[in-house]
Amino acid sequence: MSGLELSGVAWWWWPVGLFAMSFVLGVMAVVGGIGGGVLFVPLVSGFFPFHIDFVRGAGLLLALSGSLSATPALLRNGLASLRLALPLALVGSVGSIVGALVGFALPAPVVQTALGATILAIVALMWFGGKADQPRVDRPDAIAAALRMGGVYHDPASGQDVDWRVHRTPAALVAFAGIGVLAGMFGLGAGWANVPVLNLLMGAPLKLSVGTSALLLSVIDTSAAWVYLHRGAILPMLVAPTVIGVMLGARIGARVLRVAPASTVRRVAIVVLLVAGLRAMLKGLGIWP
Amino acid sequence: MSERPDEQAVYARWLDAGARIGLAALAAAFALYVSGVLDAHVPREQLPSLWVLSLEEFRARTGAPAGWGWLALLHTGDFLSLAAVALLALATLVCYGRLVFFYFSRNEKLHGALALAQALVLLAAASGFIGGGH
Repeated sequence: MSGLELSGVAWWWWPVGLFAMSFVLGVMAVVGGIGGGVLFVPLVSGFFPFHIDFVRGAGLLLALSGSLSATPALLRNGLASLRLALPLALVGSVGSIVGALVGFALPAPVVQTALGATILAIVALMWFGGKADQPRVDRPDAIAAALRMGGVYHDPASGQDVDWRVHRTPAALVAFAGIGVLAGMFGLGAGWANVPVLNLLMGAPLKLSVGTSALLLSVIDTSAAWVYLHRGAILPMLVAPTVIGVMLGARIGARVLRVAPASTVRRVAIVVLLVAGLRAMLKGLGIWP
Repeated sequence: MSERPDEQAVYARWLDAGARIGLAALAAAFALYVSGVLDAHVPREQLPSLWVLSLEEFRARTGAPAGWGWLALLHTGDFLSLAAVALLALATLVCYGRLVFFYFSRNEKLHGALALAQALVLLAAASGFIGGGH
């Protein structure tokens, strides 16, 4: 056993502890704008005694349930685009199945080390990465034009309707295949990667990118979830308290969002992520078992 | 107004229903499992000594089935909860099935083909045909 050495603790302590931690992560995810899955997997695999196979399964279900809950409202409000998601979700899904299979084929320390490296790369992306509210796209590429990946986006904040279109779809397809592999391999969810690709690479408006990312997560994570489920890596005793905790936390987070210092919470979340990434890497390398 | 094509409204309606049903089923099944109303295939008090094991060791020690073998264990709380998770995972597949019908009925062949390909990928994963651990 690694992480918290609490032998002799009653079995029910663990789901209660997971629920409490997931609740806090749910609040932080909404207020700090960082997906719960990306925080959950490194933290729980690093500091709880569960084998990483089961933690990855729970992380995937956490990201999936959150995206399934959010996507219908985003689609109704025009904050997510189904036509934009269609080709990207397809390559992401195939990638996530491949990633899940690779994750189960690799030894646990290798997965743990790779997880740590990925988390540290995500920290760098979050800290230094840019964003553009309304990127300029002069002309859609051939695929985007054929699939009519564009439209009118209504920004409730400014009250304006904005014409949007996307470009560089072939490069985005390659990027989403890679994102899918990482999502399936580590059970992270992948909003941290979806949004920059949609916004900075393809040129979709930022809010539409965030909304479409949730839709993409719901499809990509579903594909990998079936592999985890059939392999037996979904433990309800871990999954249910995690999903319920994060969803309740997200509701509270949405309420405190107006008064909470979002930028401070985001910085705290990134520091937590940094610690979790280092812990995952050291655990994988056997330096801090 | 934002552009909200018809298929978005249809997809949103079906996904909303699927997600609500799946999450409610998960909460209900887990309540039956964790409260002890239903017996568990793997006794709850043994879990702390088992979830530290790798997946292969866990399955060897508990006799937990791979693939769709868990359907035979739906009378137990842990696998009834797993069925609720499967219900959640089915939501997107059902929505894509509806989307395929939507596009082809409007002669939007390109979008229909993409939706069909996605549905087939999800179906292959759900069937256990790809990486099902048999």
